[in-house]
Amino acid sequence: MDKIRIENLDLYYGDFQALKKVNLNIKKNEITAFIGPSGCGKSTLLKCLNRMNDLVEGCRITGEVLLDGENIYGDMDINLLRKRIGMVFQKPNPFPMSVYDNVAFGPRTHGIRSKIKLDDVVERSLRQAAIWDELKDRLKKSALELSGGQQQRLCIARALAVQPEVLLMDEPTSALDPISTSKIEDLAVELKEDYTIIIVTHNMQQAVRIADSTAFFLHGEVIEYASAEELFSMPKDKRTEDYITGRFG
Amino acid sequence: MRNKFDEQLELLKKQMIQMGALCEGAIANATKALIDGDIELAEKAIAADGNIDQKEKEIESLCLKLLLQQQPVARDLRQISSALKMITDMERIGDQAADISEITMLANIKAADNTNHIVDMAKATIKMVTDSIDAYVRQDLGLAKAVIDYDDVVDNLFNDVKADMIRLINEDTNNGEFAIDLMMIAKYFERIGDHATNIAEWVVFSITGKHISEV
Repeated sequence: MDKIRIENLDLYYGDFQALKKVNLNIKKNEITAFIGPSGCGKSTLLKCLNRMNDLVEGCRITGEVLLDGENIYGDMDINLLRKRIGMVFQKPNPFPMSVYDNVAFGPRTHGIRSKIKLDDVVERSLRQAAIWDELKDRLKKSALELSGGQQQRLCIARALAVQPEVLLMDEPTSALDPISTSKIEDLAVELKEDYTIIIVTHNMQQAVRIADSTAFFLHGEVIEYASAEELFSMPKDKRTEDYITGRFG
Repeated sequence: MRNKFDEQLELLKKQMIQMGALCEGAIANATKALIDGDIELAEKAIAADGNIDQKEKEIESLCLKLLLQQQPVARDLRQISSALKMITDMERIGDQAADISEITMLANIKAADNTNHIVDMAKATIKMVTDSIDAYVRQDLGLAKAVIDYDDVVDNLFNDVKADMIRLINEDTNNGEFAIDLMMIAKYFERIGDHATNIAEWVVFSITGKHISEV
């Protein structure tokens, strides 16, 4: 079942066309990886999915992005959209406040005031992000004191706290050590039972390990979209083969 | 891009060619030793088995190093994983060439008149081994399929040898022991044909990503 359908999406930054007639169906409860060389449009597309390009000056988008059949570029409330589609960035970006307040930030914004409810959300989110045991005694400490890997899992917990349906991850492990990377990968695989995950990655092996489907982008176009197993074992397009085997890019 | 990796893949191809050449040489020596009753050549074919085993270890080690260091995907992964499977069959070919020579030495076979079909089997299996390695090196799907089809030629020759041996025993029951020795040799050649077929099937996988039954 498709969670998101991207139809004929074109995106321009001024005169430059960054995405060209993108058509992609993102399946529910799967991990979809976007791969491709720098500047190919994969992060741009990811940002389109929760309208983070709206504030970029000169950015123009045509086509449709349908979330459960509803066009997110139509009448949808943008705050509601971002509650439904959360995002985790390349560099961990915890707010300069306590661990607890980081996770409670989203729910508070959406009107939850009860301490009991907030405690519950914070614990549930930290557990889902596989970091509760490490942080349960440090909830009042500043999030900035955590290691990079912990900060990234905290950011995932913060994204999960508002109970999104889709989680966008933009190179979430590129700044992390191998153990933290492995924890985030395991986490992504666990989370797909409840969420739909889209991950941008430059790490081919990571895509092979965790993705169900993979889309290869080049010059703003989707060159190939297939199951990760198929794309990494028998790519149909020579450009995909050359990229994943490291012959260009 | 990836010059070092490409160099290592070239080295893998070279080593596969070398191992293939060792196998061809072992079969050729085993065959000539059989026809001429040449004990020295038979000993050479037996000694070659050690070199083939050594080459298998070298290639295996190179493949594992490539998997570890380069984390290959797609055609690179298929080329390396196919090589790992192919060398097992090539190693068995070396064993069987040595087995043929051991029988030759022990049985003291000299009856060249009755070995025509066996010589044809030897030639056919050498061709299969050479072509299967060539198909791998050149990534030639047509040649790999031709090797697989050619196994029928070897199987038919095996039946011819069997008929020859039955006739030989019917003519004179004293030929029994000789006939059984030749029959065992024919069986080894038939097995070599099967191993060359396996190699060709891995070439098909290496090129298409599919096993021959799915192509």
